[in-house]
Formats: sequence, C-alpha cells, structure tokens
Amino acid sequence: MKAFSYSRPDSVRDAVAGVAADREAKFLAGGTNLVDLMRLGVERPDALIDVRHLLGHDIEPTADGGLLVGSGVANSDLAVDPRVRQAYPVLSQALLSGASGQLRNAATVGGNLLQRTRCVYFQDVTKPCNKRQPGSGCPAREGSHRDLGILGTSEACIATHPSDMAVALAAVDATVHLTGPGGERTVRLEQLYRLPGDDPSRDTTLEHAELITAVQLPPPSALYRSSRYRKVRDRASFAFAVGSIAAAMVIDDGLVREVRIAFGAVAPRPWRAHTAEDALRGQPADAADFAAAIAAELELAEPLRDNAFKVDLTRRMGAAVLTELAEAQQQGSGR
Amino acid sequence: MAALRTGQPDDPTVSTVGIRVNDEMSELTVDNRTSLLDALREHLGLTGAKKGCDHGQCGACTVLIDGRRANSCLQLAVMVDGQDVTTIEGLGAAEDLHPVQRAFLDRDAYQCGYCTPGQICSAVGAIAEAGAGWPSAVTPADSLGIEGTAGLDASEVRERMSGNLCRCAAYVNIVPAVLDAAREVSA
Ligand SMILES: Cc1cc2nc3c(=O)[nH]c(=O)nc-3n(C[C@H](O)[C@H](O)[C@H](O)COP(=O)(O)OP(=O)(O)OC[C@H]3O[C@@H](n4cnc5c(N)ncnc54)[C@H](O)[C@@H]3O)c2cc1C
Ligand code: FES
Ligand code: FES
Repeated sequence: MKAFSYSRPDSVRDAVAGVAADREAKFLAGGTNLVDLMRLGVERPDALIDVRHLLGHDIEPTADGGLLVGSGVANSDLAVDPRVRQAYPVLSQALLSGASGQLRNAATVGGNLLQRTRCVYFQDVTKPCNKRQPGSGCPAREGSHRDLGILGTSEACIATHPSDMAVALAAVDATVHLTGPGGERTVRLEQLYRLPGDDPSRDTTLEHAELITAVQLPPPSALYRSSRYRKVRDRASFAFAVGSIAAAMVIDDGLVREVRIAFGAVAPRPWRAHTAEDALRGQPADAADFAAAIAAELELAEPLRDNAFKVDLTRRMGAAVLTELAEAQQQGSGR
Repeated sequence: MAALRTGQPDDPTVSTVGIRVNDEMSELTVDNRTSLLDALREHLGLTGAKKGCDHGQCGACTVLIDGRRANSCLQLAVMVDGQDVTTIEGLGAAEDLHPVQRAFLDRDAYQCGYCTPGQICSAVGAIAEAGAGWPSAVTPADSLGIEGTAGLDASEVRERMSGNLCRCAAYVNIVPAVLDAAREVSA
C-alpha cells in the first residue's frame, strides 16, 4: 500500500477544501471498499480525509413526509429502520441482502453508492483495465465476463456497479444531496452515475471533492409500500448479485397504475427500466405482459459469450417479482 | 478521549492514536497504513483476532467496535482512534467464559479453531442485533423485525453469521452453539 497522510477535519467545508486542494486525496467513510482497494494497489491516494464523523448519522423526516438519510448512516441502521422497512421495503431488503452483518455495520450510505466494480481485471493491478488505467485495454470481453454487464456497456468497459442498495434507491426515485467546492446541488440517483463510453475511469458525475451529504426518499406512497427486491447469487448469502431486481407496482382494477423497475448487476449503474415501465403503465397486470415489457427493455442488451444467461435471468426474475407484487395486492384487496 | 495526533513533524504518514482495547486505554504510534487487525496483533500482542483474507471476505478478524461487530482488517487503526474495541481476549477469561465461548465449547463448534475468535465475536454482535429486534434477509418481509433473540432459529442464525466462513465447515455445531448462547444471554 502506498503511504498516505490521514486527517479528520472539523467541518465539511474543511474536508471538501482538503480534497479539492489535492488531486490524489480521497474521502474516507467506513473504509470497507477504499481500504480494500488500497491494499490491492487499485486505489493509491496520498491523503485520506476521514469524513465519517462529519456526515449525518440520522434518518430524519422531511417536510413532505419523506426521509432524509444522512450519508454517514450505517447500512445496517438504514436497513432495520422501521419507517424504511414499512414504507420502502425494497430498500430494507436490498440492504439486508448485501455483504455481511459486520460489513453493514461499518459501511455507510455514501460509501455504498460510490463503491467500485468487482470486475476481476479492475481488482488485479497486474492486468490491463481501462477503468483503472485508461487506455490499457479490457481483457474482460474475451476473458472472464460471466459476472459483467449486458446493458449500457461500451467497447472500452463492461464492468457492472455492484451495489444492491443503489438499485433499490433507483426504484424509489431517491435523490442525492451533494456539497462540493462549487456549492451544493441535488441529483436524481440515476444521474449520479454515468455510462462508461470511451472514458470508463469515472463511474459517476461527481466532481473531484464533491461530498455526498444525504440521500432523500420521496414521501411514502402505495407504490413504494408495494415493493420488493430479488437477488440471485452464487451462494445463499454473503455474495454479490449475479442479477437483481428492485420493483414497485400498484394495480387498480386489474391495470398497472404505477410501476418502477430497476435491474442490478447487469450494467455500469443501477438500470432503471424506463422502457419496460412505459410499456406496462395502464396495461393489464398479467404475467405475459410483465415478461414482454421486460423483454422490450432487454432488447438493448449486448450480451457476450458467457453472460448471455443474464438476459433470460433478468427477464424471468422481473416477471416473477412483478407477478408476486400483483398477487400480493390482489390478496390484500380481497381481505 | 481521543489522543489522535495525525502526522509527525517530519512524517505525515505516521499518527499517534488512542484506542480503548478491552477496557484499557492504549496509545500507539502507527504508520497510517496499519489496519486495526495488525495494530491488535502486532502492536498490542492480542493475537486472538485472526487474519484469514485481509479483504473483509472471511470474518476471522471480527471484533466489536463500540459494541458492534466489524471486520478489523478493513478498519485502519487511525480510524478507530477514540473508540472502544473488544476482542476475544476481552470477552471472558479462562475461568469466567462469556456465554458464547461456553456454548462453543459445549457444542464442540470448531475443529482447527482458526475462525473461532471471529465466529464468537460475530455471534456476540449478532445476538445483540437480534435482541434489538433487527430483521435479517430471511425475516419475513411483512414484519418489522424479530421478537428479540427468541425470534432466532437455525435459518436466521445461518444468515446472520454468513460473514464468518469456517474452512473446517464446523457450521453444523456453530449454529446450535449460537442458538444456545442466544437463549442464555436473553434468559
Ligand atoms: C466481502 C465483501 C462483500 C460485499 N458484498 C456486498 C454486496 O453483496 N452488496 C453490496 O451492495 N455491497 C457489498 N459490499 C460492498 C460494501 O457495501 C461497500 O464496501 C460499502 O458499502 C462501502 O461503504 P464505506 O462507507 O465503507 O465506503 P468507503 O470504503 O469508506 O468509501 C468508498 C468510496 O466512496 C468514497 N466516499 C465514501 N463516502 C463518501 C461521501 N459521503 N461522499 C463522497 N465520497 C465518499 C470514498 O472516497 C471511496 O472512494 C461488500 C464488500 C465486501 C468487502
Ligand atoms: S481477515 Fe478480515 S475478513 Fe478475512
Ligand atoms: S474451525 Fe477451522 S476454520 Fe473454522
């Protein structure tokens, strides 16, 4: 690991200024991704600015009835919060499906959003990787890509974003609050991430030294309450997703009134399935239509030799989860 | 009481930290790269916490930080300045074992023992989480959580302990040991 200085500034302003003044400086929160990547030699900061104590650790109601989640809230605390569990079940489920009990205690909401890809070439400094070392090439297209992306990828990079939480946040229309050298701004979760194109080195639209201060959840609604997360992985627990889906849906008179669908582990960012959502809105809520709508979304897919199975997996998983949501509501209204 | 002094006059990559380990205050001067795990093992001689992977993947290094379980390999010593750390050495003494230690002995919940300190610290944390009613990934989605430790069953324990791998696969005895201990702790 490269040597680095460590500091704990007294204010967000000082923390932002500290990182802004040094291209090689990085914020540090729970450390569970950054320390790991520094040990692998993938991240090589010369200064760590610890912000964990500065970030919000509370989950507070907003004026419109939603929740403002401080970016320093532990993944475990967000997952088990009764308000989250009740009003945004998909978010609690996604968090509890991620990592392990001890990692969730250390991991923060901000760090979770900004964790880097688990692509094996990215993590191995002896191999080329356009994301880690721009221009060095991407061995994954020909090599090991079974776990990598089928949507939104580029010639230069087919890495996926590994977060479960971010997929759920995309489905519940969360926004992200930022503070940077140029002031404060708010972006939709989807806008936080960028597609690789010919510059895969940047995962997000954040400027250097921009700090995530909070994640905001919109007011509770029947839509978000009727939501769930499904994760497919290689073992029953403590494994990253091979594919996942976050979905929310309300049905009225047998028709889909509102729906949100986001796919995980198939793209460089949580993949909001807008095409599928548009196809479903106002249509009859039945399994064949669900599968067809998701298939329409997946027409954009560019699978490779060993990850083509993700197309079928995502379609089947999506249809199954939407069918379950529809059935749960029919049972609920028949009670 | 934080003793943090970051950077020495001639070297910004070294810090002095104050960590309360097993109820005793320790002041250490460390290279900033030093993990909490290495600080415990190499600087304080507390070799109970083990290094299985150094990447958060095995749980052998699990300790309690401010009462919560965490992987000490992914915490830097400088990050825990001012915090309370409990290792397997601080949980109980040979003559006065912690209920989870007792249960592991009674149930023969290990073979080589390498993963055991991490398993036990993790179980202590997991039992406290269950006691607070925290749900897990296998808790029914329509409930807010579980009814304290009484809500634990084998599948809940397996899920909650999934961050601790056992190369000897002593899981068949670890699960009942954790259930025994959970009952005793709540009794
Ligand atoms: C073995 C293992 C298994 C895992 N399994 C899963 C899984 O199944 N699903 C899943 O979703 N995740 C999984 N994870 C990843 C885990 O969720 C992340 O490591 C964690 O959420 C990162 O949060 P952190 O606070 O520790 O971030 P850090 O490691 O502190 O930081 C990560 C990055 O974010 C930046 N950063 C942190 N906070 C902020 C902020 N507020 N503003 C701006 N920048 C910031 C840092 O500079 C750094 O670049 C796993 C990790 C491990 C080690
Ligand atoms: S040594 Fe820390 S998790 Fe394996
Ligand atoms: S007892 Fe040997 S690794 Fe668990």
